[in-house]
Amino acid sequence: MSDTHSQTIAFVRDTEIPPAPPPARETGAYKWMRENLFSSVPNSILTLAALVLIYLLLSTTVPWLLNGVWTTNSLAECREVLDGKVGACFSVLTERWNQLLYGFKYPASEYWRPNLALVLLLIALAPVLFFDLPRKLLAFTAIYPFLAFWLIWGGSILVPIVALLGFVAAGFVFQKYGKGSFALGFFGAIVAAVVVWNVGGYLIPEGASDTAMLSAVPSRDLGGFMLNMMLGVTCVSLSVPLGIALALGRQSNMPLIKWICVVFIEFVRGVPLITLLFVASVMLSYFFPPDATVDLFLRVVIMITLFSAAYIAEVIRGGLAALPKGQYEAADSLGLDYPQAMRLIILPQALKISIPGIVNVAVGLFKDTTLVSVISMFDLVGMIRGPILASTEWNGVYWELLGFAAFLFFIVCYGISQYSQWLERRLATDHR
Amino acid sequence: MSTLTDPPKAQFQLSMLVNDTRYRSLTFQAIAALVLALAIWYLGNNLIQNLRAAGLNISYGFLGDPSGYDINQRLIEYDSQSSHARAAVVGILNTLLVAFLSCITATVFGVIAGVLRLSNNWLVSKLMAVYVEIFRNIPVLIWIIIIFTIMTAVMPGPREFRGDDATSSMVFDLFAFTNRGVYIPMPWFESGLFASTTMNWLVVLAALALSFFVMRKVETNATKTQEETGVRPNTTWIGLGVWLVPVLLVLFLMGLSWEVPELKGFNFTGGIKIGGPLIALWFALSIYTGAFIAENVRAGIQAINKGQTEAAAALGLRPGRIMNLVVLPQALRVIIPPLISNFLNITKNSSLAIAVGYADITATLGGITLNQTGRAIECVLLLMLFYLTASLLISMVMNVYNASVKLKER
Repeated sequence: MSDTHSQTIAFVRDTEIPPAPPPARETGAYKWMRENLFSSVPNSILTLAALVLIYLLLSTTVPWLLNGVWTTNSLAECREVLDGKVGACFSVLTERWNQLLYGFKYPASEYWRPNLALVLLLIALAPVLFFDLPRKLLAFTAIYPFLAFWLIWGGSILVPIVALLGFVAAGFVFQKYGKGSFALGFFGAIVAAVVVWNVGGYLIPEGASDTAMLSAVPSRDLGGFMLNMMLGVTCVSLSVPLGIALALGRQSNMPLIKWICVVFIEFVRGVPLITLLFVASVMLSYFFPPDATVDLFLRVVIMITLFSAAYIAEVIRGGLAALPKGQYEAADSLGLDYPQAMRLIILPQALKISIPGIVNVAVGLFKDTTLVSVISMFDLVGMIRGPILASTEWNGVYWELLGFAAFLFFIVCYGISQYSQWLERRLATDHR
Repeated sequence: MSTLTDPPKAQFQLSMLVNDTRYRSLTFQAIAALVLALAIWYLGNNLIQNLRAAGLNISYGFLGDPSGYDINQRLIEYDSQSSHARAAVVGILNTLLVAFLSCITATVFGVIAGVLRLSNNWLVSKLMAVYVEIFRNIPVLIWIIIIFTIMTAVMPGPREFRGDDATSSMVFDLFAFTNRGVYIPMPWFESGLFASTTMNWLVVLAALALSFFVMRKVETNATKTQEETGVRPNTTWIGLGVWLVPVLLVLFLMGLSWEVPELKGFNFTGGIKIGGPLIALWFALSIYTGAFIAENVRAGIQAINKGQTEAAAALGLRPGRIMNLVVLPQALRVIIPPLISNFLNITKNSSLAIAVGYADITATLGGITLNQTGRAIECVLLLMLFYLTASLLISMVMNVYNASVKLKER
């Protein structure tokens, strides 16, 4: 060819086009909005409706929240400060803060005791909730119930010590004889505990409470959110073991034990908690010996524990039923007896499956502790509906109080459910 | 295994009761029976002693005595001279009323929120997630009190409706929202067949039942035609006629008219009054349980394999029909069992009525009657008996329904 061809224009590009940004409608917020908010006509309508709803909610609540008054002594004063403007009167929270948290009878000089008990509760719960922590911390968890009892109720320190010693004796007997025969260890432990408690009961001198380090506070003086927390924590921790026992009883092949558990579970699940609280407040004292005075707090704890144990039993039964039969057979073929098989093979797996359900029950139970206000115990809701709203200073300030109660419960319940989701992820052993 | 010899006949020894699996379960059951008997004996003995000390006895005679208190919200005739038993019946009917209403509305709220939470609209799905989280994590008692407060403290009083410069007005001149309750128009019959309004409504129900049977016949015929010719005749207009004509005819013949609530003196008269406590309880139970149902609905829909949706789309079905014909029927099998327990929860939670003064069974039998007569044991036992029966009945009915929608396997 001639060299004229060297003059022809190259038709293959020999340089790379610099990368260009995608078209404006395919990037960033615009694209996201088009895909997620306005993908079709009905979708756009939904979006607009949602926006209107959000605007309505925010336009009423935000000024109310931001304009809040925090430092007055009564609703009338508060209205004066607001001077006709929209605004919340949060001063009821600051002024009645202690009542909301501790009830109106707990001695003000002793508030440090429940506070300390709460801080210690967090420490005691930590090794239970986060099992990466050193196992030795569990020793404190074991002591905590007695310590908390002494802190909150006060009185003679001998009472919690004797109670603790009973459990220690029981644990000792179980360690010694439980290896050979579970039944022997189990019943021996019960006998040991009862003996220690009875002997210890005689050793505590009369009137020991009057000269105690911490002044005694009767149960009826407890109140506020503290009461909700105490009921919630006590009843959940008591009802989990009871629920496991009931679930195992219901799965048992001994007809009598199975039927006792079935009747109990179905009965408790069939009636509302309020009726059980009525039992606690008006009926249960008829079933105790005539000279025994079992206080209302204990009676309520008994009934709420029985109530949630029945629900937890059903959740755990689901977990037990979800285990493949091979797991039971494998345990048998290893020559493990029933308690060993349950403790080492079945229950760890079944409990892991039941975690979401147990947490559901726990959250529900914590919310249900507000029901004690119906049998005139002054928990958070009881305080709000009773002493605070009835007082002349704060008659008519509903939203701040109810909103505060809702906020407290939301924080705790949402926290628990987030924890359970974390736990599920943490315990997931199937590599999916 | 070639030499089979009988094991030596072991002598029965006492230790075999614990160590031999053949006898061990018997031992344990005997112990359990003994403990149970002791516990019952102990509690019963205490009960007898306490009752004797208090000079009481267990008797249900008090149920026949005049109750001496009034009940605002009631479905049957009742006054303070009626017996405690009748007060309990009023309470039972009120419980059933609020439970029934709440079950329906909670299902509606739950299904809407559950479906919307899966919407591909980001804003709407987040909004529904917030709804579910907020309502699930706050006690229902607080919700009941909040809505009751709105009903009593925020709504205008009847006198604000009066005068020319009234600050409030009735909606469409038909509904009045006041702090004493909501007043809605009441239908009644000018020339009914019977003197009693209830009987006249039964006539209307009979007309509806007739329509139902005729409609079933029409549908059967349509299906038959479809199976023979492959084309389903359009039954929309026939259906509309069958449903509407008999009812409208009956209503017209009996002279249906509406009694509109009117402001007279200090209060509204006429119409149906729905009290604040009923609305608070109804609405609070609905939105609270609705949040739980929403999660069940979402789980149910998500449990359906995506391939089902895609297969239906490949057949040319439009999204709405995919939902109705393919996804929902399968999702129902997952949704219904938890829905049953939610209905049971509504029934049991309706006992919170006592907190806002709605006269349900807990407030009448377990509240005022108990306090007036002091018959704690009898009242609480009757109360429990009622709830147990109600729970069993609800779960029975719903289980029958569950059986009818569950997967038919060969």
